[in-house]
Amino acid sequence: MLADSDRIFTNLYGHNDWRLAGARARGDWDGTADIIARGRDAIINEMKASGLRGRGGAGFPTGVKWSFMPKTIGDLPHYLVINGDESEPGTCKDREILRNEPHKLIESALIASFAMGAHTSYIYIRGEFALEARRLQYAIDEAYAAGLIGKNAAGSGWDFDFFIHRGAGAYICGEETALLESLEGKKGQPRMKPPFPAAMGLYGCPTTVNNVESITVAATILRRGGAWFSALGRPNNAGTKLMAISGHVNTPCVFEEELGVPMREIIEKHGGGVRGGWDNLLAVIPGGCSVPVLPAKTCETVLMDYDSLRAERSGLGTGCMIVMDKSTDIIKAIARFSQFFKHESCGQCTPCREGTGWMMRVMNRMVEGRAEIDEIDMLEQVTRQVEGHTICALGDAAAWPIQGLIRHFRPEMEARIMAYKAKHGGPVSVQVPADMAVAAE
Amino acid sequence: MVKVQVDDVIVDVPPGSSALQACEAAGKEIPRFCYHERLSVAGNCRMCLVEVVRAPKPVASCGFPVGEGMIIKTDTEVVRRARRAVMEFLLINHPLDCPICDQGGECDLQDQAFGYGSGRSRYLEEKRAVVDKDLGPLVKTVMTRCIQCTRCVRFSTEIAGTPELGAVSRGESLEITNYVEKALTSELSGNLIDICPVGALTSKPYAFHARPWEMKKTDAIDVMDAVGTNIRLQARGASVMRIMPRVNDAVNEEWLADKGRFSVDGLTRRRLDTPWVRVHGKLTKVSWQDAFVAIAQRLKVVPGNRIGAIAGDLCDTESLYALRLLMESLGSANLDCRQDGAQYDVSNRAFYTFNSTIAGIEEADALLVVGAVPRHEAPVLNARIRKRFLAAGRDKFPIAYVGAPPTDPTYDYDLIGEGPSALADLLDGRHAFADVLAGAKKPMIILGHGALTRPDAQAILAACWALADKVGALTPDWHGFNVLHTAASRVAGLDLGFLPGAGGRTAAGMMSGGVDVLWLLGADEMDMHRIGPETFVIYQGHHGDAGAARADVILPGAAYTEKSGTYVNTEGRVQRSFQAVFPPGDAREDWRILRALSETLGHALPFDTLDALRARMEAEHPVLARLDTAPRFGGAGLAAPAAEGAIGSEPFHPVIADYYETNAVSRASPTMAECSRVYARPALVQAAE
Repeated sequence: MLADSDRIFTNLYGHNDWRLAGARARGDWDGTADIIARGRDAIINEMKASGLRGRGGAGFPTGVKWSFMPKTIGDLPHYLVINGDESEPGTCKDREILRNEPHKLIESALIASFAMGAHTSYIYIRGEFALEARRLQYAIDEAYAAGLIGKNAAGSGWDFDFFIHRGAGAYICGEETALLESLEGKKGQPRMKPPFPAAMGLYGCPTTVNNVESITVAATILRRGGAWFSALGRPNNAGTKLMAISGHVNTPCVFEEELGVPMREIIEKHGGGVRGGWDNLLAVIPGGCSVPVLPAKTCETVLMDYDSLRAERSGLGTGCMIVMDKSTDIIKAIARFSQFFKHESCGQCTPCREGTGWMMRVMNRMVEGRAEIDEIDMLEQVTRQVEGHTICALGDAAAWPIQGLIRHFRPEMEARIMAYKAKHGGPVSVQVPADMAVAAE
Repeated sequence: MVKVQVDDVIVDVPPGSSALQACEAAGKEIPRFCYHERLSVAGNCRMCLVEVVRAPKPVASCGFPVGEGMIIKTDTEVVRRARRAVMEFLLINHPLDCPICDQGGECDLQDQAFGYGSGRSRYLEEKRAVVDKDLGPLVKTVMTRCIQCTRCVRFSTEIAGTPELGAVSRGESLEITNYVEKALTSELSGNLIDICPVGALTSKPYAFHARPWEMKKTDAIDVMDAVGTNIRLQARGASVMRIMPRVNDAVNEEWLADKGRFSVDGLTRRRLDTPWVRVHGKLTKVSWQDAFVAIAQRLKVVPGNRIGAIAGDLCDTESLYALRLLMESLGSANLDCRQDGAQYDVSNRAFYTFNSTIAGIEEADALLVVGAVPRHEAPVLNARIRKRFLAAGRDKFPIAYVGAPPTDPTYDYDLIGEGPSALADLLDGRHAFADVLAGAKKPMIILGHGALTRPDAQAILAACWALADKVGALTPDWHGFNVLHTAASRVAGLDLGFLPGAGGRTAAGMMSGGVDVLWLLGADEMDMHRIGPETFVIYQGHHGDAGAARADVILPGAAYTEKSGTYVNTEGRVQRSFQAVFPPGDAREDWRILRALSETLGHALPFDTLDALRARMEAEHPVLARLDTAPRFGGAGLAAPAAEGAIGSEPFHPVIADYYETNAVSRASPTMAECSRVYARPALVQAAE
């Protein structure tokens, strides 16, 4: 378990002052100019050495990502864009940073911007985060007033401006290139890659897009050293991470924990145990709704980190787990996700636009059991047809929960179908009635 | 060059090419819906997925840049499965109504479904339906068929420059719309029909008229403007059913303006299909022989210098040449091909052609437009200006207009004056744009007929030439002086010398009593009331328009779809058009009419076949023998055109008031009349609502 002395987020719950004075008391903005004085390469190497992997879900090494930015600033300015469009169902970790640790974010943004040659950073905040945007703006104003950002930020000699952009509540704008489109004032639709944002991002300029948490931990890592950070966690899964537990646990919460801790231990310690005891556990979705579900048996032993969950054919995602006890209709739960993805698909590319609606409709029938056994296989095939064929990862995200359901809960699905047949008898019509289609909207 | 292996073929492609281009270079066909060579890459249909060795998943080849040594696999099980998957997704919500779809037979989705479609649908849920949009009188929509490839959105935004289409909503609900119910305002909107890979956007006037496989296709040249757009006439039986563009990168790329495409229904209406002679003030149907005799009797008592001929805007070069020979043999020097009264200096071809060439626009880096409205006078050429404007980037292709303020030319421009005084400012460097032109490496000046149809045209032309010379537009390898014509026959007429000879009269002179017998070859765009009542008017042409109404004898000729003809576009590019259908009734090809009449008049023209006519014409005017070429030449070392008179002060006026009705064919077209009602006179529409 994580020792208190190793915590990065010391005001995660907002028990203390989130403003500049409080942040300074906790050690933020301490020697920022000295960190910057180490130079670009030193900072990026330290970040690489820390082993920090992107905290937004994909888990790409952050230091390596920063190093993709052009070494010298050419005709085009560089940008750091921070992804605060936290919209994944079940996920609410960045929100705590934005409202309780805004100065940690601003300081880290300054350092990260310096490390990638950017004088300007934008943060794209989810539209629904009203308090968070207000607090962050307050903190930005404080930082400007204190000379911590702006011209010669924090006495480092580096000019740095920080702007908030508030989204309008579209899940897809959390995809990095869709976020850039939205930031440019266009419709939030993902771009084709390549070119990657580091070559051609915001307004066609070199850009790095990072999750709020990935950026925010940077200042502390640089202050305490990459070796400290990489000593936490497991090899290739270094450091601490903000996680959350929601669902059928006794004390749902957001917390900071080392990577590589057993899931069961986390649920018992932070979540206060599963409602009705561990044996009442049905399944856990380990990292936001886009990763495949894990059955209780796997949850017994699996470790919460990128590679362990990948080995179980799921993923750490955002690290925010959804715990479901045996009262859950798991088919209905996954069908609800399908509705979410159908609703949030940008509609740009064919497999996702057409596939999410198809999957949702079949899933809705599966909830009732109004389907054929064969259709489970067909549904599985449809998810395979969407997966890996789309412009962005939303297609994969829509396919994985269903794949996880079929992989672990196929007997429940078949039982549901057989029960429906037994009740209604005879060959079953699979036509969706009109009211059903409306309900799906 | 980058070396790429596609399956087992190794090809060299330019750096920056896409994987799809590499596959095409290797002769592999890649199915696609959203990708179009002339539009930006969207990558959204996912049909062009290929496997790239070492890429973790299939990539959309249209937007994937090639790298040295890249290995692309286009025919693996992964690729086939991916394409089948995409095809299935496209078809689940696409209505399977091919038998009643106008796109049937030329539908990309239909074609690809043969390759990658399944014979059986696994989709048992309800299909999506989308409300149709009203895009005006030309483009019909069946939006349920739309596959959201966004080609139309990209076309209207990028090529046409009228961003009126877009996609609203998201996911399954995403639909293409024009936001508000409003007709498309582009003169290039017909190209949306060609661009659309499915039957979502089809031709409204042509709806349910014919199937593509029923058509006989003939290559021709559009005569609705002077661009010389390459077109393909599609005829069934006796009539041309529709007109589509042909690819010619030097002229029209693959676009066709709406007037050229949709005035096709004017070709079967108000046609002259028999000779007429005015007897006691009333036109009477007669035989060819009687019409010829009537003309011969009249000509017998008129001296040669009292006979005149005016040629209209749609004439083919051959009939112009035949009429010129006939007039010369009758002893007349009264010839004019400028019914609009334009003045040119014909001492050098460079003084009246578009010397930079249309493709050359893409090299220019500054543009001055004088007395022209390219968007209406040559929409396809205007699209090329916009293409250059977009490709150059911000402020890299400055454009200035002298003339009436144009309504949205589809690119940024400065209006630096409405009258010729702005030219004087530019010439003596008082206006800042003179420095812009002078600073440009390849500046262009386009001189239009708003300037050339004025009394001071010659002086303005000389001033523009002087300006071009001054700003360095006339160099050994660049010729930046351009005349933008509006009439398809004009450059040919000027090349042939269809102009007043020694002592000859101009069109205006002939009409105001200068001749006793006036021959109108398809000339309709003049005020016929200016012709005196005693003038004997012979109208040779294909439509019952202004000229025929005034005529004493009508000789029914052939429209451009009904004859093989040569046309010279504004660049001076000589192009040949072929006959798709026969002229209606007793109407004949114009050169044959002239040849037959010349026999009756006792001045037999020296040719019996079209080939003989052409051989003679080309021998006399070698420039007309250079088919399909517009030689680029520098403008240095040429003598300047003669400056006659002083420049006036009156502002320039546009020469086209209503784009949709500029000639006899378009005025006869119900579609063009509807467009005119909707676009040129929108106030009336509002009043009706």
